[in-house]
Amino acid sequence: MLRMIGRRLAIATPGIIGVIVVTFLLNRALPGDPAAYFAGPAATRQAIEEIRVKLGLDRSLPEQFALFVRDLARGELGTSLTSGQPVLAELLARLPASLELTLCALLFAVAVALPLGILAAARPGSWIDHLTRVIVTAGNSLPIFFTGLLLVYVFYYLLGLAPPPLGRLDPFASAPRTVTGAYLIDSLLMGDPALFWASARQMILPTLTLGVAVLAPIARMTRAAMLGVLSSDFMRTARASGLSPATLLYVYALRNALLPVLTSLGGVFSFLLGVNVVVEKIFAWPGIGSYALEAVLASDYAPVQGYVLMMASLYVLLNLLIDVLYGVIDPRIRIET
Amino acid sequence: MSETAPLLTVEDLSVEFRTRDGIVRAVDRVSFDVRWGETVGVVGESGSGKSVTALAIMGLLHPAGRVTDGRVIFRGVDLLAGGEGQRRRYRGRELSMIFQSPRTALNPIRPVGKQIEDVVRRHADLAGTRARDRALGLLAEVQIPDPGRSYQAYPFELSGGVCQRVMIAMAVACVPALLIADEPATGLDVTTQAAILDLLKQFAQERRMATLLISHDLAVIGERSDRIVVMHAGHVVEMARTAELFRAPRHPYTARLIASTPRPGATLGDLKPIPGGVPDLRGNLPPCRYRARCDRAIPACDEPPLPRVELTPGHTVACRVPL
Repeated sequence: MLRMIGRRLAIATPGIIGVIVVTFLLNRALPGDPAAYFAGPAATRQAIEEIRVKLGLDRSLPEQFALFVRDLARGELGTSLTSGQPVLAELLARLPASLELTLCALLFAVAVALPLGILAAARPGSWIDHLTRVIVTAGNSLPIFFTGLLLVYVFYYLLGLAPPPLGRLDPFASAPRTVTGAYLIDSLLMGDPALFWASARQMILPTLTLGVAVLAPIARMTRAAMLGVLSSDFMRTARASGLSPATLLYVYALRNALLPVLTSLGGVFSFLLGVNVVVEKIFAWPGIGSYALEAVLASDYAPVQGYVLMMASLYVLLNLLIDVLYGVIDPRIRIET
Repeated sequence: MSETAPLLTVEDLSVEFRTRDGIVRAVDRVSFDVRWGETVGVVGESGSGKSVTALAIMGLLHPAGRVTDGRVIFRGVDLLAGGEGQRRRYRGRELSMIFQSPRTALNPIRPVGKQIEDVVRRHADLAGTRARDRALGLLAEVQIPDPGRSYQAYPFELSGGVCQRVMIAMAVACVPALLIADEPATGLDVTTQAAILDLLKQFAQERRMATLLISHDLAVIGERSDRIVVMHAGHVVEMARTAELFRAPRHPYTARLIASTPRPGATLGDLKPIPGGVPDLRGNLPPCRYRARCDRAIPACDEPPLPRVELTPGHTVACRVPL
């Protein structure tokens, strides 16, 4: 197992290197001059040049890249020009907000999509199959910013059921003591149900927005995988053995169908990490997505690079986790690795 | 329950499949019976309806398939009239089935011992270590070496022969009255084939278990069956005791089938292939589906219905001009 993890990490290294190079170059290709931006509209040409030298932007691209890599090797992602804080610290402080939201959305999507897919496959042509088809089509065709704005409009503006979309807690509440950084967990650790409820209320709309977007692929994949498994030879044997419908569906069919579903979860999760940027903007969520978005608008290189690198690393870790889970579910893969 | 009545009676069983290109009448008014403890062989080419008949008896037809007519009476109960719940109580307990290609017919990601245990738990009211012990005992009974280790093994770690033994263990776990074996040895190497078939025979004798042995191979069927049902294109064309069928086949197709089966002392040149193929089972079919391949056909053969004649007790043939 450990050897497999080591090997997967080694395989991922070239990918990470590629990400480092591409982010660096893309950032340099972006329009806008950070030095001019930070000097402000009233700055003289000389002041701008001074800032340019200070930022190291007067050097050649290879030199800048060498400096960037040297800092990376030391575990430094540079300093944000807007806030003056180290990028790594800022990212780490904001990461729990994004992860909490993403994981809640994933949990919600799986909790809805998996049963839908299973039931749709168990009863093809039934109302639940049609319902699944409708949900899949709708989920695939609704752009995420639209779902988000629609939910805010209906549940906050029209119905007044949801709290204003202003971040993780309303402005007058104070955040729980940081243990994990996830408010839902930290508030429970503090034994404060009121605070838990307050943060849960804030979570609902952004979770729905993200969840609805990824429901569709999970439900579709579950249905397809279950249909494939249900018509397989070994299911016929299991039926010939007179096993109970529950054993057939959950012990025999579902576990076999989970493999492709797990694969699709990997793609879904990375998609979620990406669309977080939009959802965090709509709900003023203080996560790394909105952080990166602001940095891009300010031509602030370091946070953007840090963000992309962090995403790439998360993606690698996630795929590793999926590979490990694969081995847990499927004995054939355990042997091969 | 009187044991003079047959264990299984199949009466006028007809099965249709809806396909994109029309309705396929895969099985048409098939009738035969299986008595307690006897081995009945079903033989025919691919597409003759052997497996469909077996699956219809089990109630395991593909959703596109439908039983349009007939009765399947098992121990005095019509399995087709009862619901899925009733069939589920019989399956695996009194009526078992094993399949071709055992390696794909077992759950690929569940240890084989567990799969046997699932059947035992379901039907034999055993739980915990007693169910496990029973599963281990069954592995030993089907002569798998080192049951303790095989219990933990996954199908992909075992040979096809061992997988088929596992499937037999699952099928006989609850001492069924009838075992349907659909091409149980096809795809295995010759020595393994013989071993598997011997194992089935041994169980059949020890437990007075009736067997419906399905194969395309007349040699296999001939060696191991008490009676033989010959199928062609969804029809039962002839049915007789094994010795009688080989000595005096009455249907032209059976005669051809015997002539085309390798036997000791025969050279390759002695084998006579049967002309033509199984007809397309869609659309309008002649009463006798062997008509187009038959060299004895007379004009009356085109008139319905297909006759079913009992020439001597227990020997029936579906032909107007039997040999």
